[in-house]
Amino acid sequence: MPDGLNIKVNGKMWPVTAAPDTPLLYVLINELRLQGPRFGCGLAQCGSCSVLADGVEIRSCITPVESIAGKSITTLEGLPVLYAEQKRLPQAPAMHPLQQAFIDVQAIQCGYCYNGMTIKASELLAKNPKPTEAEIRAHMNGHLCRCGSYPRVMQAIVLAGNTMAGDVR
Amino acid sequence: MTMHTRLPFSRRDLLKAGGVLVVGFSMGGTASPAAAARGDGAGPPDPSTIDSWIAVHADNTATIYLGKGEFGQGNTTGLLQIAGEELDLDMSQLRWVRLDTNVSPNQGATVSSSSIHRGGPQVRAAAAEARQALLTLASNRLGVQPGSLTVSKGVVSIDGHPGRAVTYGELLGDQPFNVKFTGMAPQKPISRYRLVGTRVPRVDIPEKAGGTYVHMQHVRVPDMLHGRIVRPRGQRAYGAGAKPAGIDEASIATIPGARVVRKGDFVGVIAPNEWDAVKAAELLKITWQEPPALPANLFEHMRAAKTTDTVIADWGDADKAFAQAAQVASASYRCPYQSHAPFAANCAIADVGPDGALVRSSTQDIYNTRAMLAVVLGLPVEKVRVQYYEGSGTFGRSCYDDAAQAAAVMSQAVGKPVRVQFMRWDEFGWDDYGPAHLADVRAGIDAAGKLVAYEYHGWQHGWMVNETTHELALRTPPKEQTSGPPSIPVNRMSTGSMYTVANRRVVSHAVPMVGYLKGAPLRSPLDLSFAFASEQTIDELAHAAKMDPLEFRRHNIGDARWLGVLNAAADAAKWTPRVAASSLSKAAVVTGRGIALGTHHVSYGAAVAEVEVDTRTGSIVAKRICGALDAGQVVNPALVENQMVGQMIQATSRILKEEVRFDKSGVTSLDWVSYPVLRFAEHPDVVPVVVQRLDEPSTGAGEEVIGATGAAIANAFFDATGVRLREYPMTPERVKAALAART
Repeated sequence: MPDGLNIKVNGKMWPVTAAPDTPLLYVLINELRLQGPRFGCGLAQCGSCSVLADGVEIRSCITPVESIAGKSITTLEGLPVLYAEQKRLPQAPAMHPLQQAFIDVQAIQCGYCYNGMTIKASELLAKNPKPTEAEIRAHMNGHLCRCGSYPRVMQAIVLAGNTMAGDVR
Repeated sequence: MTMHTRLPFSRRDLLKAGGVLVVGFSMGGTASPAAAARGDGAGPPDPSTIDSWIAVHADNTATIYLGKGEFGQGNTTGLLQIAGEELDLDMSQLRWVRLDTNVSPNQGATVSSSSIHRGGPQVRAAAAEARQALLTLASNRLGVQPGSLTVSKGVVSIDGHPGRAVTYGELLGDQPFNVKFTGMAPQKPISRYRLVGTRVPRVDIPEKAGGTYVHMQHVRVPDMLHGRIVRPRGQRAYGAGAKPAGIDEASIATIPGARVVRKGDFVGVIAPNEWDAVKAAELLKITWQEPPALPANLFEHMRAAKTTDTVIADWGDADKAFAQAAQVASASYRCPYQSHAPFAANCAIADVGPDGALVRSSTQDIYNTRAMLAVVLGLPVEKVRVQYYEGSGTFGRSCYDDAAQAAAVMSQAVGKPVRVQFMRWDEFGWDDYGPAHLADVRAGIDAAGKLVAYEYHGWQHGWMVNETTHELALRTPPKEQTSGPPSIPVNRMSTGSMYTVANRRVVSHAVPMVGYLKGAPLRSPLDLSFAFASEQTIDELAHAAKMDPLEFRRHNIGDARWLGVLNAAADAAKWTPRVAASSLSKAAVVTGRGIALGTHHVSYGAAVAEVEVDTRTGSIVAKRICGALDAGQVVNPALVENQMVGQMIQATSRILKEEVRFDKSGVTSLDWVSYPVLRFAEHPDVVPVVVQRLDEPSTGAGEEVIGATGAAIANAFFDATGVRLREYPMTPERVKAALAART
C-alpha cells in the first residue's frame, strides 16, 4: 500500500490514497478536487491535463503519481502564486496575466482546452515574455483545440507577455 | 422530501445560479411561493405564462430562463442582451440558470445555429411582455399612465420627475407575474437599442478563465461509482451492433470493487475508484461476434446502392440548357466521414432509482435526451429529470446521449449514482459521424459567361434515431432518420442557390445507412461537402470563361446580400483581379488564393483563402482566411466574430486533415494521431468580417462560413497548382498523387 506517498501541489503537501501507479490526473481531480487539469484523451496527445512539474509542463494523464514525489506541481489554480514567486511580487494577483489576457481578448469558446493552453503558455512566458509568433506556434503545437480558438489564444499569449514585461520585478 | 434528496445541490451549484436558489428541491418555509414552485415537477414549464421565462427579484435583478444551452458559442450572452434590451436592465442585473427539464422552457434543441435565430424572438417577446406588466404595476403604484413612464436599469420613473420612481424589485420582488405570454406586447424600436448590436463580453468567460467553471467532467456526487463502457475499439458496420460472444468476469476479479454490468448486448464495468474502472474496462476479457464487412470501396458502394431519390429543386429545363451551353464543367467529388471529435470525451452522471432518475449530461437537447432515457430505462418520461452541464464543444450529436444512457443503464443496475466518462477511443470509435458524401456536379455558361444550367446529384446516408446504448441494451433493430426535417438530404441552399441560374436541378440520393457507419448532424451538416463540390464547379467555369473568380461570381449573382458578403470577404483580403492559375510557378513552394460562398440554411457566408503548397511534400498550409458573414441583425458582433474564427479554423482542419478511417471490420480512427486535426503551428491567420444588418431578422451565425472556407481553400489550391482536388481531406498523399498526374 502507498503508505507515506505525499505530493506537493500548489505549495501544499497532500497525502495520496491512490495506488502509486495511478496517473497523477486522477489524483488531482478525484482526491484534491482540482478543476484545472482535466481528462481529454488519457494518451498525452491533447494537453487537457497539463500541469507544471518544477516549472516544466507535463501530461498528468500518463504520469504515475509516484513518479512526481519530490517535485513541485503547479496546476491552473496555483498559477497566480507561482507567477508572484517568479516575479517576486509582494502579493499574488487574482489571476496570472495569461488568465486575464484570455478574458481581455475573449479567447475562450468552450474552455476545455484552456487549462492546457494556459499552463503551456505560462511555461513559455516565464522564460521568454516576448516570444515571436513562430516561437509561440512551435511551443504550443502539442496543445489541441477543437473550437478553433488558436488565433485568439495566440493574441492572449502576446498580450500577457506584454503585461508581464511591464510588471515590476 | 423528493426522490433526489441524496443528490443535494452543492453550495457551489447554487452560487453558479447567480446566488439565486432556482432549482427547486424542498426549500423549507423561507422561499417565496414562485421560487418554491419552480422545479418541483417535471417540465417543460407552461410556455404560455411569463413566469416560465422570467423572474424578477427583490434586489432588482432578473433571472431569464433560457431553453438554449451554452456551448461556448456565447448564445447565453446574446440572449441575455436581448432580454436586457427589452427590460431596460443592464447585463449586471441579469442572471441565468443551467438548463433543467424541471425548470427550463422547451425552446427546442440547441442546434442549427438557432439560439438567436429562433430562440431570440421568444426571449424578446417574453421580456417585452414582462416589461409591459411591470409598467402596469408601476403605473398603479405611481398613479400615472404607463405612457409617461421611463425605465433605466430597472428603475421606473415618471418622465420629468426622476425622484418619483420605483424599482422592478420593489414592484414584483420574487412574486410571480401571473401574466399570460401573448407575444403581443410592444417591442422596443431598433432605433432605441443600446445593448443589442454591442460588444458585450461573454458572461461565461470569467469563470472559465478563473478555473471555477463547472464542466460536466468536473461534477462529482456522493456515493458515486465510476463506469466505463466496454465495446470493440471502433464501431462496426451499422446494424451489426456489438454482440459479446464470451465474457470472463473473473478477469477483473483482482480489481477492488470492480464488476461487470450487462443489459442486453450492452456491457460496462463499474468500480468505486475511477482509475480502477479504467483498468477494468481495459483488462476485461471479452470476445465479440464477427461483424459483417464494411465497404472496401466506400464511394463505389454508395453509388451502387439502392437509393431513395428526391428531387430537391427542378427549375427550368436543365437538360436543354446544358445542350445549348457554351461551356460545361462536370466532375465527381468524394467527401469523407468526419467525427465531431469533442475535445473532451463525453461524460454523464446518472442516479436512477425505482421512482425516477436524475441524469446530468452535456446534451444539446435536454428534452429529447429525457425522452430517449425514459425508453432505455423503462420509466415514464416525467420520472426522468435531465440537467445540462457544458462539456467541451460538441458541434452536433457527439456521444453525449450515448454516455448519458450508459450511465443510466449502469446506475439502474447497481442502484447507485454512476459517472460514465467515455475514453478517447470510445468517443472517436462510437461517434455518430458526419456522413460521407458523393457528388456529381455539372454547370454550364453561355458565351457571355452567364450561368445557364446547374445540376447537383448527391449521395449520402442519414442519421441515427436511437443511440448505441439504447440499441445494444434493448437489442432494437437499426433505425435511421430517412425523411422529414431531422434527415439529411442535399441542401438546396448550399448547391448553387446563390447564383442566378434559370435551369437548376438538385437531386438527393438517400443511401440506406445499414452496412455503413452511424451518422448524425456534424456542424453545418454536409455543407462543407456541398460547397467543396459546388464552388469548385463554379470556379472551373470562371476559369473556362477566362474571368477572375470574384468577377465571375459578381457577374452571376443578383442578390444584394450574397454580393455583400462576397465583396466584404474580397475587400478584407485586398483581392486583385486575376484569372485563377494564370501565374503558375515552377518553385517548390507555390502560393494561391481562392474565393467561395457557402451557407447552412439562411445566412450568407463568403471566404477568401490564401495557401502555400509544398510540391515536394504535398503539404498544404492555409496562411490566411478572410471570412464574411451576413446573419441579419447581429446581436453581438464580438460573439459572431469569435464563432467565425472558430468556423474558419475548424473548416481548415476538416478540409485539410480530417477523415474517419476504417477497415473491413471497423473504424480505425481512435485518437488524435489516427484522426489528426489542425494543430496550433498550422493555423491560418483569420479575419472575420460581420456584415451587420440591424433591420433584418437575426439568422444563424455558427455554421455558414464553414463551407465557404473549405471551398476557398480548394480553389486556392487550384490557383497555386492548376490542378483540382476532387476528394478531401486534401492530404499530402492526395496532393502528391494529383500533382504527379498533372500533364
